[in-house]
Amino acid sequence: MPTGSSSPRPDGRVALDYTPHSEADVRELLDAVGVGGLEELFAEIPPEVRYQGELALPAGLSESELAAELERLAGADCPASGLVSFLGAGVYDHYVPAIVEAIVSRGEFLTAYTPYQPERSQGVLQSIFEYQTAICELTGMEVSNASMYDAGTALAEASFIAGGQTRRGRVVLSEGVHPEYRQVLATESAGFGPRPEAVPLAAGAATDMGRLRDALGDDVAAVVLQQPNVFGALEDMAAAARLAHDAGALFVAVVDPLSLGLLVPPGEYGADIVVGEGQALGNPMNFGGPGLGFMAVTSKLMRRLPGRLVGETLDIEGRRGFVLTLQTREQHIRREKATSNICSNHALNALAAVVYLSWLGKEGLPALAELCARRAAYLRERLLELPGVESYTAGPVFREFAVSLPVPAARLAEALVPRGFLAGVPMSRFAGAFAGRGPASGEPAVASTGRSPRGETPGAAGLDDVLLLAVTERRTRAEIDAFVEAVADVLSSGEARDA
Amino acid sequence: MPDGDATTACRDELLGREPRPTIFERSRPGRRAASVPALDVPDRPLDDLVPAALRRSRPARLPEVAEVDIVRHFTELSALNYGVDSGAYPLGSCTMKYNPRVDEQAAALEGFRGLHPYQPESLAQGALELLHTFEGWLCEIAGLARATLQPAAGAHGELTGLLLMRAAHEARGRSPRRVIIPDTAHGTNPASVVMGGYEPVPVASDAGGGVDIEQLRSIVAEGDVAGLMLTNPSTLGLFEEHILEIAELVHDAGGLLYYDGANSNAVLGISRPGDMGFDIVHFNTHKTFSTPHGGGGPGAGPIVVGEELVPFLPVPIVERRDDGTYFLDHDRPRSIGKVRTFYGNVGVLVRAYAYIRALGPDGLRGVSERAVLNANYVLAGLRDLFELPFDRRCMHEFVVSATPLREHGVRAMDVAKRLLDHGVHPPTTYFPLIVDEALMVEPTETESRESLDRIVAAFRAVAREAAEDPELVRAAPHTLPVRRLDEASAARRPVVRQRFPEDGEVAAP
Repeated sequence: MPTGSSSPRPDGRVALDYTPHSEADVRELLDAVGVGGLEELFAEIPPEVRYQGELALPAGLSESELAAELERLAGADCPASGLVSFLGAGVYDHYVPAIVEAIVSRGEFLTAYTPYQPERSQGVLQSIFEYQTAICELTGMEVSNASMYDAGTALAEASFIAGGQTRRGRVVLSEGVHPEYRQVLATESAGFGPRPEAVPLAAGAATDMGRLRDALGDDVAAVVLQQPNVFGALEDMAAAARLAHDAGALFVAVVDPLSLGLLVPPGEYGADIVVGEGQALGNPMNFGGPGLGFMAVTSKLMRRLPGRLVGETLDIEGRRGFVLTLQTREQHIRREKATSNICSNHALNALAAVVYLSWLGKEGLPALAELCARRAAYLRERLLELPGVESYTAGPVFREFAVSLPVPAARLAEALVPRGFLAGVPMSRFAGAFAGRGPASGEPAVASTGRSPRGETPGAAGLDDVLLLAVTERRTRAEIDAFVEAVADVLSSGEARDA
Repeated sequence: MPDGDATTACRDELLGREPRPTIFERSRPGRRAASVPALDVPDRPLDDLVPAALRRSRPARLPEVAEVDIVRHFTELSALNYGVDSGAYPLGSCTMKYNPRVDEQAAALEGFRGLHPYQPESLAQGALELLHTFEGWLCEIAGLARATLQPAAGAHGELTGLLLMRAAHEARGRSPRRVIIPDTAHGTNPASVVMGGYEPVPVASDAGGGVDIEQLRSIVAEGDVAGLMLTNPSTLGLFEEHILEIAELVHDAGGLLYYDGANSNAVLGISRPGDMGFDIVHFNTHKTFSTPHGGGGPGAGPIVVGEELVPFLPVPIVERRDDGTYFLDHDRPRSIGKVRTFYGNVGVLVRAYAYIRALGPDGLRGVSERAVLNANYVLAGLRDLFELPFDRRCMHEFVVSATPLREHGVRAMDVAKRLLDHGVHPPTTYFPLIVDEALMVEPTETESRESLDRIVAAFRAVAREAAEDPELVRAAPHTLPVRRLDEASAARRPVVRQRFPEDGEVAAP
C-alpha cells in the first residue's frame, strides 16, 4: 500500500504532504516501473540494515497546526530587535529596508541551485558579479569571491591562503580579533594550515605593537588585525601592515563592512586579504546565522581564492554574460588538490547585501556610518559622566566601544533586562580568549604567544566589569537617554553589585 | 541591434536578450534610494569623532539609483533565473525538491530572525527549544547519539566530521593518516580530507557499482587507516549492499565510518546510517529537508555522531535542564572547539524543523518512497536511449551515459544545453567521474506524473534531435537570454568586477 501522510488518519487530520501523487498515480508509476509495490523498490537494501519500525518523531501536522507551533516557539523568544538593544560584537541590529526582503524572497532566486548552467542562471550570476564589485569598492581590493559562510570560516580560509602562498607555518593574530573568529580558525587548523598564535592588547584595547613586532619572524605566513577590533578600538592598520610585509608575511584585515563608509579601506593600507562578517549588510540577525562571510584579495592572490568566483564573458554571438570562473581551483575538478573544500557560497545573503548597498548608495553609506558614529559617541559621553564608569576602549571609535563599570557587567545587563534594555555584551563571556588568563571551562583558548606573564597587560586585568556597547541607526537619542538613566539608576541602587 | 532586423529585435526582446546594464551602469549622479534618520544628538565636526587620517578620502563608488530602479533591476535579473518554483530541476545529487512556503514564513517570524546571538538565553527559550528538539530528530533519523548544528554546508560538515574523527583517534592514543574514499565520491570528500590533515586513498568501484571489497581489504591491510567516507546510496544512485561487511573491515582496522548524507533523500525511515555502521553522519538540510538552495546558499550541514564522538562535538550544544528550560552548554572540555561563529545557520534550521514537523515519520518515509519511485519511472522512460553503466534498481537518482550519442558528435554537455531549450533544467553532467559522458538524474518526490513525463519527453526529443540535426543540439541553447557562454576565455582573462570608465582598461592579473 502506498504510504505517505496524505491519507486521513483516524483522528481526521489531513497532514501536510508536498508530494503531488494521488494513490492512483502511485499505482500507475509502479506499474510502469514493473514492480508490485513500493517495498519492492528497496529490495536491494539488505534486511539487516532495513529499518523496520516507525521513526520516533511526532506525527505530521496540518499547515495551520504547524504555523501555530512555530508561532508558539517564536513567541517564547523575546528578540533583541524588539527591545532597546546595544548588542553587537559582530552581529548588528541595523534596519533592513523593505525592498531587500521583497527581492530575496522571489522564487527565481530563492529556489535556484548554484549556477552550474550559466545560460539559465544569468540572474544570480550577474547579482554575484555586482556583489563582488560592491565588496571591491568597499574594501579597496581588486578581487572579491562570491561570499562565504561567515567571518570565522573566512578567516580560517585566509590563513590557509597565506600558508599556501608563503609556505610558512605560523599566523599571528591580534587578540583584538573577535574571539569566536579566532576559535574557528584554531579549530579548523587542527590538521592543516599555519599554527595560529595570539598577540595581546595594550592599554586602551588596541594591539600591543611592540609585542606584535616581537612575535614576527621568517616563519610567519600572515599577520591578522581587526578594524575596529572586538573592543571597538581603531588599530594602526598601516603600521601593522608594514610590520607584516617587512617580515615577508601577508597582512590580513578583518573589517566591519559598514565601518568602511567612514574608515580608510584596507586596500589603501596594504592589506593582502580582507575578510569580515557581512550580516549588517541587509541581513537580519537570525540568532547569528545565516549572515555571510566576505573575502577580498589582491589580484596576485586571485588564483588562491576559495569558493565561488563569477567572471564576465561573452556568448557566441558577442553578448555579455556571466559565468562561474577559475573553477580549476575548486574541488569538483581538483578534488584533493583544490584550494579549499568550499563549493557553495551564501548567495542569497550576498544578494541581500548588494541590494542593501545599492539602496544605501554612494551617499547613503557614509551618511549612515556617520550617524552611527555620532550616536555611539553620544552614548559613550553620557555613560562616562556616570560615577565609576570609565573608558576601556581608548581613542576614537566607530559604532562600538567598551567601558569598565563599578559593578560586574553581566549583573548590570541582567538588571536592565526587566527595564527593556539589552545593555551590550559583557566581555566576561570571552574570558579565556585574552592573554594571561586560563581558558574558561569548555572554551579552548586560542593559543597565546605565551610571552605575557599573567596579569601584566590591561587585557589581563579582568573583564568582569567590561561591557561592550554598539549603537546602530535604530537607537534614537530618546532611547539612549532613557538607557543612560536606567544605568545610573541601577548603579546607584546597588542592585548590580557583586553578591 | 547588430543586424538592425526588426524580427531579430522582437525575438531578442521576447527571449530577454536586450542589453542588461549592471546596477552600477544604471547609476546617475545625485540619485538615491536611502533614507537616513534625523541627527538627534549634538552635531560636531567629524574630525572630533574620527581623525581625518583614519577616514577614507573618497566614498566607495556604490550605485546612485532610485528605489524603483533597484526593484526593477533585480526583478529583471530574477526573470533570467530558474528555480524549483519555475519548473522541474532533476539535477542529480542536489535534491531540488519543492521548498514549502510555510517554512519561509516560519523563518521570517521576528522571534527567530530578530534574535541576537548574545542576548540572554532566558529571552531565547523558543529558539533553543527548537534547536534542541531538531537535534533529537536528526539523531533519530540517523540512528545515532548527538549532533552539532554548527556546520553551514555539507562540505563544512565533512570537515567538521573529519576533525571529530581526528579528536577520537587522538583520544584513543592513535594518529593514523589515511582516509579511504570511493572513486564515485563527491569532490568535496577528498578536499575535506586534506583540510582535515589526512591523506585521501581512493578505492575503486566493482562491476556492480559498489565498493570493490577485495581492493578495500588490501588497502585496510596496509594499515594506518583513520576512516572511510561513503555516500549510501552512492552517487550512482545505487545502494551499497555490502555496507555491513565494509563497516566491519574498517572498524576492525581501528577506522571510523563517515556517512556523506547528500543522498539521504532515498532512505528516510527506510534505512538509518547508524544501523549501517556509520559513526559520523552529515545531512544537507538544503537537500533532504527542503530548505531553499538560494542560488548557492545558505544551507546547513549538521553532523550526527555515535556515543564515542559526543565529547568532541563543537561548543556550544543546546541542553535541557530538569526544569524544562534550555541553555547553551559551553562547558565541554574535550570539544574540538568551534567550526562556525555562534550556533550555525539558525534561520535555515528553522525551515528544516518545520519540514520534519510537518511530515512526521510516515510523511518522511513517503518522501523517500516517492523519490525512489519517481527516479525509477524516469529511468524506465530513458533506458533505451542511453547506456546504463550499472543496470540495477536505482534509488532516488540514476546515472546514464550519453556515449550512444557520440556517433552524432553530441556530448553530455550538448544534451544538457539543449534540455534548457525544452524547458527542463538539465541533470548533473560528467559526474561521477567513473562514468563516461555521465548524466545524473534526480527528479525528486515533488514532481508529478505529468512533470516526469515532460522530463522524459524532453530527453527523448533531444536524443531524436541529436540523430536528425546534431548541429542544433551542439549549438544549444537557442531560446535563452544568452547563447552558449565562453567559459574558457573567462578563465584565461578573468574580469571579476565591474570596471568604471574613469579607471580605464585594467590589465588582467
